Amino acid sequence: MSMFIAENIVKKYANHTALKDVSVEIKDQSIFGLLGPNGAGKTSLIRIINQITAPDAGRLFFDGERLSPKHVEFIGYLPEERGLYKKMKVGEQALYLARLKGLGRHEALKKLKYWFEKFDLNDWWHKKVEELSKGMQQKIQFIVTVLHNPKLLIFDEPFSGFDPINVNLLKDEILNLKTNGATVIFSTHDMSSVEELCDSIALINKSEKILDGNVQQIKKQYKTNRYEVFYDGNTSISEVLGNRFEIEKQSRSDDAYQAIIKINNGSEPNELLAALLPHVSVVSFREIVPSMNEIFIANVTGKYQN
Amino acid sequence: MKKILIIFQREYISRVKKKSFIVMTILGPILLAALLIVPVFLAQITTEKNVIAVVDETKLFVDNLQETDNISFVYFDTSIGAAKDDFNPNKYNALLYIPLSAINTPQTMRLFSDKYPSLNVKIYIENQLKNEFESLKLKASGIDENVLKSIETKVNLTTVKFTEDGETEQRSYPEIATVLGIFSGILIYMFIFMFGAQVMRGVIEEKTSRIVEVIVSSVKPFQLMLGKIVGVAFVGLTQFLLWIVLTLFLVTIVQVSFPEKFEIQRPGIVYTADSKMLESEKLKEASDAMGAPQIDQRSEILMAISSINFGVIIGAFIFFFLAGYLLYAALFAAIGSAVDNEADTQQFMLPVTIPLIFAIIMAQVVMNNPGGSLAFWLSIIPFTSPVIMMVRIPFGVPYYEVALSMALLVLGFLFTTWLAAKIYRTGILMYGKKVNYKELWKWLSYRS
Repeated sequence: MSMFIAENIVKKYANHTALKDVSVEIKDQSIFGLLGPNGAGKTSLIRIINQITAPDAGRLFFDGERLSPKHVEFIGYLPEERGLYKKMKVGEQALYLARLKGLGRHEALKKLKYWFEKFDLNDWWHKKVEELSKGMQQKIQFIVTVLHNPKLLIFDEPFSGFDPINVNLLKDEILNLKTNGATVIFSTHDMSSVEELCDSIALINKSEKILDGNVQQIKKQYKTNRYEVFYDGNTSISEVLGNRFEIEKQSRSDDAYQAIIKINNGSEPNELLAALLPHVSVVSFREIVPSMNEIFIANVTGKYQN
Repeated sequence: MKKILIIFQREYISRVKKKSFIVMTILGPILLAALLIVPVFLAQITTEKNVIAVVDETKLFVDNLQETDNISFVYFDTSIGAAKDDFNPNKYNALLYIPLSAINTPQTMRLFSDKYPSLNVKIYIENQLKNEFESLKLKASGIDENVLKSIETKVNLTTVKFTEDGETEQRSYPEIATVLGIFSGILIYMFIFMFGAQVMRGVIEEKTSRIVEVIVSSVKPFQLMLGKIVGVAFVGLTQFLLWIVLTLFLVTIVQVSFPEKFEIQRPGIVYTADSKMLESEKLKEASDAMGAPQIDQRSEILMAISSINFGVIIGAFIFFFLAGYLLYAALFAAIGSAVDNEADTQQFMLPVTIPLIFAIIMAQVVMNNPGGSLAFWLSIIPFTSPVIMMVRIPFGVPYYEVALSMALLVLGFLFTTWLAAKIYRTGILMYGKKVNYKELWKWLSYRS
């Protein structure tokens, strides 16, 4: 079941096209990474999902229905460019934003109380926003985004402005939300958090989607059958390996030798180990898996490493 | 609709709670009440007695200049030189010198003083001298002064307006209508500017604080704009009504506390010399003969005030303020959305404010001819009609013209709101971009 589907979305502005025939499908109860360099069209797509702007062509489905204004209440959006009314009191403001999402006053207060407790913000309820630190303002924005239990959450660079402790707090919360049934769209430039959190991704570059799918599958797809081996022993391994394996790099550190070995088609890593073991003592053996960072750069710059 | 109401509430409450609103609400009535009350008190402050020393070489004026409560004359027989030397500024306020040559050339007369004499005193002395000269000349040419006075007639034209049914007649008071018209015109102008600018600043605040994207993910930009505009409109209405109520309250308090100050004074204060007028008996006979009722100044004013249909004027004011404000506030909101800070608003402000400024300048012309075709057109065209129609209404405007003006104004604000919404929804999400008119034109074509 897909929580959200966008089909062949086109968005044109006067001088340029922000989205060219972009389609994405976001599975229920998953975390979906929306990636791409600056100006690629991510924000345009996010705004279309939020119905802030309308596409020039294409269809959108929310939970199986055509996307319509009534769905606004089931979506929570934390924009990249975010802020609060500086002169307004924290509690009043959170209540106001919650009510705009369709929550009743009483219900909103109850939920706010829960979240303010959880994020240790109770003392700040009557303070003006301008008296708060940036991190605290971000926490309030996060609370307001998730308060109405949206089915679909959209976080655009949610971790910017947070210290590492709060980043972890937030990551846990996001995973929690997923466990409790929410679907998350997550847009960021921080690829390590993508690997940590995302189930699947779409990569948009120059208004077009150039890559999408499950994170693990994509990584598998970009695997190059390279292995890094640390070993002891003064044997020249190039002589014992033969033509099934290709040594790409060899170096010596203080207490061990390092080699990066490519396994040619048809051979298995176990065979490589078997070939090595009689001659050297293997300290570590690791497959080199491309990071999302590398996959991102490779795709965007068009330089595939294999 | 429910969401517009939530936005409306926030906009209204956050503004009404502001210190600046409270200060304005308190200061406004105090100033207005002061404007009404202070002149009454000022007029009754007994001004110091002016004693004027007179050296009259012609001897024609000695003991002939009329004295009042405030001005008295002391005549000297000495030469002007001696009088100047002996002049005691503590005793006399000024020294009037009438040389012999004054008979032929009155310009040679002088009023000496160690400080500037008040304008009232100067004018009074001038009038006295003028009257004396005139009666002297009349005598010289053989005309009896009383004959001349009986010829002199004071004409005060009573203007009467035909009412719609043509049966009853209604006395009209163009002077009162002028004051009232220009006052309400200026008030509308001020209110549109003040509260229009508040809308603009509100939009800029939302844009620069970056809260706007959070909000428009919950509500349509149009709802946000409308909620804000209507919220500020009610702030304006609240302020206006509080001003009226508090001003009346203050004036009433002062009136009750000092009732004697507000007894209408007979026009004896006016510097007129009794002997120069016919006895009131005769005047009354004369005017009765002409069929005009004898009316004193006070009842004249009271009648004029009671002739004003305050219900219609306040009703019209509220309508034209609201509709005019809505028309301009939408444009102000669009300006606010197109810029990143208040300093950038200048280039867009000009075309929006020009019609308003033009209207207030034209109000002068319209007042002179409130039924003319310029007045008609300016009070029909939506951009000038709020101010100009308000100027015209106290003079009496045919109902169909008011209805036409109102209908066009409503259409006008629907149009500007529609136009502004298109600019607004794009503008609020556009950061760090210098916007020009060409850019705005493009925004109109974007799909929302």
